[in-house]
Amino acid sequence: MATTTARRTGAWTPWLYLAPALLLLGGLLVYPVYQLGLISFLEYTQAQVSGGEPTTFQGLGNYATLFADEQFWQVLLATVLFAAACVVSTLAVGCALAVLLTRVRALPRLALMLAALGAWATPAVTGSTVWMFLFDPDFGPVNRVFGLGDFSWTYGRYSAFALVLLEVVWCSFPFVMVTVYAGIRAVPAEVVEAAALDGASQWRIWRSVLAPMLRPILLVVTVQSVIWDFKVFTQIYVMTNGGGIAGQNLVLNVYAYQKAFASSQYSLGSAIGVVMLLILLAVTLGYLRILRRRGEEL
Amino acid sequence: MKLPVRMALPLAALALATACAPGTSDNGSAGDDKSGTLRVWLFQEVDNRPKQKVVDAAVAAFEKSHKGADVTVEYIPVETRAEKIKAAFNDPKSAPDVIEYGNTDTAGYVKDGGLADVTEEFGAWPEAKDTDPTAEESVTVDGKIYGAPYFVGVRALYYRTDVFKDLKLDVPTTQAQLAATARKIHKMRPDLYGLAVGGAYTYGAMPFIWSQGGELAEKKGGSYESAIDSPAARKGIEAYTSLFGGDNCPAAKCAGMGGNDTVTAFASGKAGMAIGGDFSHQAMEDGKVKGKYAVVPLPGADKGDIAPAFAGGNNIGVLRSTAHRTLAVDLMKSLASKKTQGELFDAMGFLPTYTDVRESVAKKEPFVAPFIKTLGAGAKFVPASPAWGQIDASLVLPTMFQEIVSGRKDVATASRDAAKKMDTAFRTAG
Repeated sequence: MATTTARRTGAWTPWLYLAPALLLLGGLLVYPVYQLGLISFLEYTQAQVSGGEPTTFQGLGNYATLFADEQFWQVLLATVLFAAACVVSTLAVGCALAVLLTRVRALPRLALMLAALGAWATPAVTGSTVWMFLFDPDFGPVNRVFGLGDFSWTYGRYSAFALVLLEVVWCSFPFVMVTVYAGIRAVPAEVVEAAALDGASQWRIWRSVLAPMLRPILLVVTVQSVIWDFKVFTQIYVMTNGGGIAGQNLVLNVYAYQKAFASSQYSLGSAIGVVMLLILLAVTLGYLRILRRRGEEL
Repeated sequence: MKLPVRMALPLAALALATACAPGTSDNGSAGDDKSGTLRVWLFQEVDNRPKQKVVDAAVAAFEKSHKGADVTVEYIPVETRAEKIKAAFNDPKSAPDVIEYGNTDTAGYVKDGGLADVTEEFGAWPEAKDTDPTAEESVTVDGKIYGAPYFVGVRALYYRTDVFKDLKLDVPTTQAQLAATARKIHKMRPDLYGLAVGGAYTYGAMPFIWSQGGELAEKKGGSYESAIDSPAARKGIEAYTSLFGGDNCPAAKCAGMGGNDTVTAFASGKAGMAIGGDFSHQAMEDGKVKGKYAVVPLPGADKGDIAPAFAGGNNIGVLRSTAHRTLAVDLMKSLASKKTQGELFDAMGFLPTYTDVRESVAKKEPFVAPFIKTLGAGAKFVPASPAWGQIDASLVLPTMFQEIVSGRKDVATASRDAAKKMDTAFRTAG
């Protein structure tokens, strides 16, 4: 009898220690997500919030409206492709510069670090505004330097996306660079040296020695980048003036903002939020699974 | 009973969950105290002091004639007014009693349950009979009145007198001449837009639709039905979008421009003509074009016609949640009275909503004459439907213009798609 009680209290002990963290997570994470989910099943616009009309349960009505909206699918596709391009570019630039950091002397390394930290520390709105000025068709220095005349970067769909991509890469590569650089520093020097003595090229060392050893770190920065770039808002909102000419540069987050806040359809906006949440969860879990299958310890 | 931990957590979450549905506030009227503090929210203008002086005088007179009433006025920033006013509807306890609001928001605020119905008081108010019908329309939803018009804003054609003189051009009197003149200016002065237009400048585009006899939407039963794809409206859309292009305002630059961008282009001397409001006067005076421009009403389809302009402006309304209804309505009347509006014009240049007051101020300030003429020719208003806010926020019309201007869709397809989106909004939002 006494032993079972002891065991029972013993079983609860970990939960007791976890309780503060769980409570905090529950309050800050689970509850908002729960509200998001709940609102997505209701008809909840400004009229319901301020009591002009009663709140009604819509079931999957908001989702039906959303999935029937042709624009939603276009925006979703654009978001996925744009986020993928951003993630690949950010990782490529970040990793390349991280390797470069390990190869240069102290002074250029410091300069590169400072430049990267400057980009990292710049608020997204400021960065986007400065970027817009640089690429302004009438007054921007970029067009003048490259002799592009009054070429408008935001007029074409792809040039506008490319411009935003440059800005997103610019402000998010430092995180990748610094993290991967720290990882490379932790790799024992003799391993890299041995590979170099065997006559491996820079690229070969990266592919066969560094990348496998850095896999846990690369996993973190990839998942982070996927989440960030999928949720990009400020850059698109500021640089393409809320979605570009005829909405050509809309991404899901800006689209959700248009629905939820600009036109006060909170329930439809919530439905978009839930869909985004599910997509990101699926991507992250899928990615983790693939890595697990390869036998990686996380 | 021993609940496995695995089940206890979701159960606890569920118990917590059922207790917290999203909030809905009670905006019913709280009573009608005949004394106490009245709170007023007015918009903060760029240079607010002259407005404040006029308001202070009106408030002082009100407090003198209403013993026991105390008025506090707050000026809220225009950019965040939507959030502020929504928040006021959500939390009636900290909401003001009287607010200034943009007239395109009337129907939306009424549906939100925020504004009080003042039909009776407005009808019994002697001054109200001189209110211009379009201004009255902007406080009316389903035949009921939800406030008093405060001032109107209207757009007309600004043109550069020096450029017209140099190029020996006549001021256009028809829409066809307007387009031809614009092209001539751009041809002879390639660094100038002939007529600065913007793909996102909805209020600059509407007169083109209306002057061809088109409508944005028509009232059908209790709701509206889009008319943006009617043949007449399409003709107007065609006329407006044909102004984009290498011969007047290059699409690559102009498709993304909004009203302020076109006004800025004109004020900084980059355009021969622009469609600007009476409220854009100060921007022009501060810009490079000071002393080198004049204003005429925007020409309509035929010679001598004036294209119907959009009657913008603000209203003063009483909140449904006020605890001092009688006092609040009286305060609304004194803030929007003939006397106050006349003083507001002197201080800020805002056009009065009473036809007789408007005539008398036009004599004092010749600059406003073309705008008053435009209003006199019959200005128009957006559909008085709560769906309008949604249509506006989802950029239905700018998207349509931009699709046409950038060559993605032709006028027929783009207008049909826009009509579909508008009808969906009218159906869901009423």
